Amino acid sequence: MSTWPSESQKQRQPTATSEARLHELRSQAERKGRVEHVGVHPEGAPFPRASVETGYYGIPLLKQPPWTWEIPLYFAVGGAAGAAAVIAALADWIADDDKLAQDARWIAVGGAALSSVLLISDLGRPKRFLGMLRVFKLQSPMSVGAWTLTAFGSAAGAATFAKLLRSRYDWLPIRIVGEISQGMAALLGLPLHNYTGVLIGASAVPVWNKNVKTLPVHFGMSGLQAGVSVLELMGNENAALNWLGILASAFESWEGFNIESDSNRVLTPLKRGRSGFLTRAGGVLSGPTPLLLRLAAVFSKNSDSLRKLAACCGIAGSVLTRYAWMSAGRASTKDWRLPLEVEDKRPQEKPLPARMVEAVREPRRA
Amino acid sequence: MSTFIHAMNAPTENPDIHSSHTTGFFTDSTLCIGCKACEVACKEWNDVPEDGLNLSGYSYDNTGSLSFSTWRHVKFVEGEIKPGDGGNSGNHLSWEFSSDVCKHCEVAGCLEACPTGALVRTEFGSVFLQPDVCNGCGYCTVNCPFGVVQRNEDDGRAFKCTFCTDRQKVGLEPACATACPTKSIMFGNLEELREHAQSRLSDLHGKGMKDAQIYDPKDTSVKGLHAFFLVRGDPRMYNLPPKPEVPIVYQKDAWRSAVIGSGAFLLAALIAFTGSRHSSRSQRKVSARRSRA
Ligand code: SF4
Ligand code: SF4
Ligand code: SF4
Repeated sequence: MSTWPSESQKQRQPTATSEARLHELRSQAERKGRVEHVGVHPEGAPFPRASVETGYYGIPLLKQPPWTWEIPLYFAVGGAAGAAAVIAALADWIADDDKLAQDARWIAVGGAALSSVLLISDLGRPKRFLGMLRVFKLQSPMSVGAWTLTAFGSAAGAATFAKLLRSRYDWLPIRIVGEISQGMAALLGLPLHNYTGVLIGASAVPVWNKNVKTLPVHFGMSGLQAGVSVLELMGNENAALNWLGILASAFESWEGFNIESDSNRVLTPLKRGRSGFLTRAGGVLSGPTPLLLRLAAVFSKNSDSLRKLAACCGIAGSVLTRYAWMSAGRASTKDWRLPLEVEDKRPQEKPLPARMVEAVREPRRA
Repeated sequence: MSTFIHAMNAPTENPDIHSSHTTGFFTDSTLCIGCKACEVACKEWNDVPEDGLNLSGYSYDNTGSLSFSTWRHVKFVEGEIKPGDGGNSGNHLSWEFSSDVCKHCEVAGCLEACPTGALVRTEFGSVFLQPDVCNGCGYCTVNCPFGVVQRNEDDGRAFKCTFCTDRQKVGLEPACATACPTKSIMFGNLEELREHAQSRLSDLHGKGMKDAQIYDPKDTSVKGLHAFFLVRGDPRMYNLPPKPEVPIVYQKDAWRSAVIGSGAFLLAALIAFTGSRHSSRSQRKVSARRSRA
């Protein structure tokens, strides 16, 4: 065992050499941010600095959207259900298309039920969904949405049930209840089919609030597309569905074009990486592809199979689009430069060792 | 309708809160010595679980950010050498410490967004998350412009600084302020703290610390913080955003877009189904004529 101080240390005197060595160390440290030779070599040296260019070590300020896979799927299902309720009422009252109206009512009711299952699954316990109905807050799109979904589900359920009863007992009160609830479901279906765009658009996530002006229409059209598509796959050939599909896919094409032609850096997650791939895939499947197929169907003799193909693309596109926006939201909150309004100089920058970045960004769950 | 839209954009009013009762934090980072006593005190008093012991490599900061299990967070801002800014020697790095916390915003994004009413304004003017009401929807986390409140995925609910409302109710200071050895975390009446901060700032400027400034974004939709800061250098080095906005400012555009979208859908559907009725009627007529023939 060695003792400290050692004999040689006890007799040590500062000399020109020893002082020169200390100066050498200092200048090395200043120049390179670290010293070589003996001593510790901490991983990650030179040490990261906080500055206007690097923010607070590049640690993201904003929190990531915490939602699991159920929520984007809910956006798609709820959107389709809301649109279907509007179609059900108009098909019944205006077009006299009983099969279409009936199928659309089932989508509305089934979609509302599935939506609440998905929401409860994200919250963890059924009782937690009731918490949403404790208060009604106009300022909170989440509150407005939860109430809309609940009221919509009841109205759509009542409309479907009344129609079922009417096939046996065509009494006046049942008829009145049926018509009123069908109207209510259609009226509530309008906000339900696109409020999710408000929900994420009016948030602190940069890529979402940057697109706040189009997101609600975008999500609504996506829901309309999904609703129309499911109805077509159920064997409805009403030409009105194809025209509504054309409207939705035309808007989706325009939205895709808008995103691609806007070079604002906040939109980067919609173009690069995993979220960019999802956005583009969803965009192609819900925009130009069904648009061309549906336009062709207007003139073609083979219109039924063209429309079915467009419907399959449309449903896939609608679901993908919701996952794409969720994934883009996550990528957007990870970009620490955005809320700090720091210029992006990424190419010149050396990334930190991944292990260290992880250690800071993801605190262990307790 | 316009009152409806107005109610959607307007922040929740709090008529019962008097400024004389409004308390706040003034965190003076020039006095902070980076001891993390506030972090420990907060965890102990509130029984908040540990976040793990990771070495981050980011100076002495091994926590990184505020989270569901970190309600006070001491930042270690190791900056470039800036000789000449009062007190900075040309040979040493600038090394600032600053204890971060929920800002208890004057207009709070988390509170406006919460659908359950779990987030409320207390009689002290602070923003309190009632854990027994929170249903874990997670909407507050994407509505806080400072990335403070967070959902604990194991528990399912969201958590953040309580402003030690329990201690304040019995007349005590919050745990973090009580444990702070240098009075870097000052607790008191918000108005008095704001005055004090101004005099402290001119003091520091007088001593040559020209880069000292107060971070309290009153000119944004946040309308000021009940927990505000004095920092040296650019606030962005402290992860403090220059223009934080409460997300309710986006709602007008959002709902307008939703109304336009719904209107377009309804109109298109009316036209399409009316058209389809005519075409199916004429088809029926055609087939009827054929069958007669
Ligand atoms: S800082 Fe975030 S969590 Fe704290 S009051 Fe403001 S919005 Fe809410
Ligand atoms: S997670 Fe809890 S506190 Fe946050 S918005 Fe939802 S209910 Fe409110
Ligand atoms: S006020 Fe209380 S809860 Fe908030 S950081 Fe300080 S000790 Fe923690």
